[in-house]
Amino acid sequence: MSFAAQGDTPYNYAYLDEQTKRMIRRALLKAVAIPGYQVPFGSREMPLARGWGTGGIQITAAVIGPSDTLKVIDQGADDTTNAVSIRRFFERTASVKTTEATHEATIIQTRHRIPEAPMQAGQILVYQVPMPEPLRKLEPRELETRKMHGFAEYGLMQVRLYENIARFGEVTTTYDYPVRVNGRHIMAPSPIPKFDNPKMDMSPCLQLFGAGREKRIYAIPPHTRVVSLDFEDHPFRIQSWKQPCGLCGAQDSYLDEVVIDDAGGRMFVCSDSHYCETRRAEGHAGPMLGHQAAGTLAAASTPAKEPRP
Amino acid sequence: MSQHPAAIHASGQADGPFNPGIGFSDPVFQSQAAFRGLLAALSEPGTIHDLGPFAPCPAGLEAATATLLLTLADYESPVWMPDPWQSGEAGAWLRFHCGAAAAAPASAAFAVAPADQAFPGLAPFNPGNELYPDQSTTLVMQIDGLTNGDGLDLEGPGIPGTRRIAPRGLPAGFTAEWARNARLYPLGVDVILVSGSRILGLPRTTRIHAPDPRA
Repeated sequence: MSFAAQGDTPYNYAYLDEQTKRMIRRALLKAVAIPGYQVPFGSREMPLARGWGTGGIQITAAVIGPSDTLKVIDQGADDTTNAVSIRRFFERTASVKTTEATHEATIIQTRHRIPEAPMQAGQILVYQVPMPEPLRKLEPRELETRKMHGFAEYGLMQVRLYENIARFGEVTTTYDYPVRVNGRHIMAPSPIPKFDNPKMDMSPCLQLFGAGREKRIYAIPPHTRVVSLDFEDHPFRIQSWKQPCGLCGAQDSYLDEVVIDDAGGRMFVCSDSHYCETRRAEGHAGPMLGHQAAGTLAAASTPAKEPRP
Repeated sequence: MSQHPAAIHASGQADGPFNPGIGFSDPVFQSQAAFRGLLAALSEPGTIHDLGPFAPCPAGLEAATATLLLTLADYESPVWMPDPWQSGEAGAWLRFHCGAAAAAPASAAFAVAPADQAFPGLAPFNPGNELYPDQSTTLVMQIDGLTNGDGLDLEGPGIPGTRRIAPRGLPAGFTAEWARNARLYPLGVDVILVSGSRILGLPRTTRIHAPDPRA
């Protein structure tokens, strides 16, 4: 197996040079040993702007090998710009197999969702993280937040949640909802909806988080306690919807609200495009499946086999 | 052959030509495969992973130790080894192939130790500090075997319930020393047990206790 011999790229396998991969790999091993702790790393320039998933891409590049199968999702969908371009990036630089099926993938790089299909042992979930520091909006100084993590001084975060409840009657954070990992570190789960937080707890898969612009890597090993912060009298709860997915009828998935006309019409559809398609292929149908507006939506969410030019 | 004192020092031998030993024949894919083994070993403590054959090894090092160092060590990560190795063939091999500097235990990113009387315990190594617990030493301990020894139960992240391991040739008092290491959390040393080409990870989060006799 000689990737360089194929002669179709002037770059090293998976784009990054070997010294960079070693540096990221060392950071990953320490991240796994201290679940939820943010390990600083020397984030590199990537051929796309910071904020477009460079942290996740660098982790995937340091982990991926020729026998892997990669799935990339953006807000649950396999066919949006970010997912398509990152998938193509690894097809070209790592000559790796790609898939849209969650159960076929060995590595899943994700922006802001955890797939609906249960993760399996041996899979690696790589999150793209814009803001790794859960305390940053409470304390702008890095040295101070580092001390707060070092000494487990997390009172400020509880006060923030309490003030939320005092003002609005509930915690109004709906995404990037802070979690406590392994009973110790408070961690930003990246901007996944809080609907996905319970999936992180005791998950059989390995979860890796990369923040390229902020130069941080962190991790949750399999079978690790991940608890969403709450109060005894205001327990954590996830979003719920009054109606099922309009296309596949799912009642257990995270739904996006889609405006379908200019008269206030709207429908709710699964954010996980592969989950929704799988259910429709199995014969499940939502109340809107035959609807004119849903027709274009269902068609639009059918994955393009070739990336559009 | 060379009369240059530095060359003589680098070879670790006062006589004969400099012999750098071997490195990876296919560095990109061998280190990628080895890293996946290491990642799995540390994220699921107690599971045994084979890093593949490596021969001939520098004197003293096991195949998995050599593979691990080639995969992870470079000029950014100083390595400690006990002295007959550091100043001998293993040290010369490490400097030549990885460019890793020799370090004292307290400042080493990686440390390699046999589990015999030369084993210095966990205390001399760097447990990191409160602000940067990731700066701790990763200790590679070469032991007689990863199976067929006395049973130990592991608990902690990466382990559903408990996981039984049976390493052979752990130094006496290791479990007590490991308990002290665990109390430093989130600081602490991470350990990778090595025998031949196989490894078993013990990150600082793992709790070790003797099996419950009633179970």
